[in-house]
Amino acid sequence: MNDIRPVEDLLRELAPQVLGVLTRRFGDFATAEDAVQEALLAAATQWPQQGLPENPRGWLIQVGYRRMIELVRSEQARRKREDLAARREPDDTRSAPAADLEIATDRDDTLILLFLCCHPALSPASAISLTLRAVGGLTTAEIARAFMVPEATMAQRISRAKQRIKTSGIPFRMPDPRDRSGRLDAVLHVLYLIFNEGHTSSGGPALRRVELSGEAIRLARAAHALLPGDSEVAGLLALMILTEARSPARTGPGGELISLAEQDRSRWDAAAIAEGVDLITRTLPVGPVGPYQIQAAIAALHDEAPTAEKTDWPQILALYEVLEHHSASPVVSLNRAVATAMVHGPAAGLDALAALDGDPRMSGNHRLYAARAHLYEMLGDRQTAVENYRAAAGRTTSLPEQHYLRLRAARLAVVDPAGPVPERR
Amino acid sequence: MRAPVMGAGFEEQNVKYMLLMQFSAATADFPSIDTWSPQEIQAHIGFMRDSNAKLAADGEMVDGQGLAGADQARIVRAGVGGAPVVTEGPFAETKEFLAGYWIVDCETPERAVEIAAHLSTAPGPGGHPLNMPIEVRPIMSAPPQEL
Repeated sequence: MNDIRPVEDLLRELAPQVLGVLTRRFGDFATAEDAVQEALLAAATQWPQQGLPENPRGWLIQVGYRRMIELVRSEQARRKREDLAARREPDDTRSAPAADLEIATDRDDTLILLFLCCHPALSPASAISLTLRAVGGLTTAEIARAFMVPEATMAQRISRAKQRIKTSGIPFRMPDPRDRSGRLDAVLHVLYLIFNEGHTSSGGPALRRVELSGEAIRLARAAHALLPGDSEVAGLLALMILTEARSPARTGPGGELISLAEQDRSRWDAAAIAEGVDLITRTLPVGPVGPYQIQAAIAALHDEAPTAEKTDWPQILALYEVLEHHSASPVVSLNRAVATAMVHGPAAGLDALAALDGDPRMSGNHRLYAARAHLYEMLGDRQTAVENYRAAAGRTTSLPEQHYLRLRAARLAVVDPAGPVPERR
Repeated sequence: MRAPVMGAGFEEQNVKYMLLMQFSAATADFPSIDTWSPQEIQAHIGFMRDSNAKLAADGEMVDGQGLAGADQARIVRAGVGGAPVVTEGPFAETKEFLAGYWIVDCETPERAVEIAAHLSTAPGPGGHPLNMPIEVRPIMSAPPQEL
């Protein structure tokens, strides 16, 4: 087999299932997670050369199980660990579990793992790393590359996250029904953050992050398959699909950012748009409606507009009002202000933005300056627009965004034959 | 938990910061390391080693390097046809001198400040904290949002 892609996909799909089996059997998530990683690495090297085993899942369980015993042994030899001594000791006479015994719990296991790795006791950064490794089946090296930190640093982050789970005594089982909704929010939030981190297609080292958005979509698909009746899970998946659909048009040949209004819509992924629109259309009437579904509906309206001019801004504005009512935040208000400008004109939009001036959460936020610049440009006040574009450029921590904002300011400044807008010092 | 919003920025994503150990005539308010005792130098080196190990163990370290002395510095400019024109150090007119830097990956800006404050306390003469200035600068590593 010369194509290793199918092997990788299969391994990533099987990773949480095998981890679930071993965690159940040994009652030690942290060690099982290490054992599964090693089994995955063994499979990734052997399968492409020797072909797929008869029962890939069983193969992984066997290898992981043997490795698990070695790990537990060496751990016990190193120091008498009471938490393990209290459990049944693995012994050689017990054979590895029959691979077909545990299939009934696979679906649950993947879900339990998602809940575990996205537990609110973990910081977002820890939850992201652990989820990508334990549920996504990525290696530490891959995750480290995606976040541009050394592998050793990422390994520490993951091992501390596992330690945290251990010391918090978080059990390997479905959350109680009364905690379920809060815990699911945490899962969706982590998947969303992973997507956001990869929601780019700029050139250079950031290119690797594209895989993160794909990975987030894969995990969201899995969550949706496991919880088909949950409307916010479906909403999140639709939001990701509809956002990712625009990514081919989001950057130009030199990696420069192209704003939504100026993107070549023929480069959008029509099949993805159809899928996302269908999903959110089927989901919205089912309810209850939450922030992910509302944002997916907004994304769908953008994606369905054949040209920027044909965008249904009144509908988008109405949805932002619903979103603001549902979960107010300065960023929602900012987006609503921009939508207000598109419906009622830039002056109305600037009035709406003025309300954010006193918000400490937005002070110094480059997005506020960028939005203001955009609205002043619409208004025809080039001088103020240029000043705000420059202020935004000085405050962003995204390089492609800074380039975009500087260019925008520079273009506006030279339009006037009377000469460039002077830089105010 | 805050409601997630597309394009909400990265308040919750890790951000990388560069911590610059930068001295100038005004800020280097302690005697040059050339005048310290061996024990004082040892203590300083030990502090830096332990601090770096702690940053790595905390999953925050990206990189940390000391720079060679100012007298090894070269200023390079392109001259005729792009050929390098090199000026040797040291430079009397140098106002600021970068002695070393760290790159850390932090969950909050407050955490970056906390790390910088800790590094600032590296011991100097008499084992007293130097309280040297550490400049904290975000690195442009945030992924862009759709505009």
